[in-house]
Amino acid sequence: MRQSWWKILAIGLLLYTIIAGLLMDVPRLAILNETIRALHFHVTMWFGMILLLIISVYYSIRYLRSNNLKDDDMAIEFTNSAILFGVLGIATGMLWAKFTWGDYWSGDPKQNAAAIGILMYFAYLILRNSLTDLQQRARIGAIYNIFAFAAFIPLIFVLPRLTDSLHPGNGGNPGFNAYDLDSKLRMVFYPAIIGWTLLGGWIATVRVRMRRVERVLEDKLINS
Amino acid sequence: MLALSLSALAQEKIPVTESDYSNNSVEMADKMREDGKIYVLVGVIAIIFAGITVYLIGTDRKISKLEKTISPK
Repeated sequence: MRQSWWKILAIGLLLYTIIAGLLMDVPRLAILNETIRALHFHVTMWFGMILLLIISVYYSIRYLRSNNLKDDDMAIEFTNSAILFGVLGIATGMLWAKFTWGDYWSGDPKQNAAAIGILMYFAYLILRNSLTDLQQRARIGAIYNIFAFAAFIPLIFVLPRLTDSLHPGNGGNPGFNAYDLDSKLRMVFYPAIIGWTLLGGWIATVRVRMRRVERVLEDKLINS
Repeated sequence: MLALSLSALAQEKIPVTESDYSNNSVEMADKMREDGKIYVLVGVIAIIFAGITVYLIGTDRKISKLEKTISPK
């Protein structure tokens, strides 16, 4: 029997995130108002994305050592989930920004860097699909994935902090970065990160299993 | 000196205090809460989440069945 406790945990944590995230007391801050609750939904997308990408890089390294296509399945599907989270992160961020910063896109360094990061991962998908040989695709994909991750982290965590950014905790903006000190918000924020990451992992593993079934079926067709 | 103190100021965090929870000067969705309608919204989102979850579980099960048919143990 397949282990499914973590899937149940994911559902539980996300139900808690939705209900507590929308109903619990939050700091009453000007400009932010109720949108501070987007912390549990928008910010967690990016945390989830990073965690999924770490898993993906782990499997890319494993693939380079083992040359086993099963490791490549994990790498590509965890990246796919991460990209989904990234796109949702950008979309939710734009909506949030419209009502707090005044514009969907204000050329904020972190916004720009996140957009570049997403494009890097789109390039990864295109690169993979342009190669027909499975092993070659997996090998080049793995190497690209590792370098993309190494560029993505400084791009969204380091560079925006070196300049002025509207995002909290970056440059000269103390505006509402206090929320990371607030214990009541953390009570939902941390479970939300775990919940969303588990959901992303769940979607990824379902797609990995789909790939493996497809491969077995293809092999059967070729051999019959 | 001025530039130094300004940048130091910019890095300082403003702590969230009790008054940030209890003030009435900042507008929140209190009306919505008074009417109880916020619970409608929570219900709507919870239903959508439940639907997506059920769908995902269904997909998961289907693949489990496929896995069994291609490699019966």
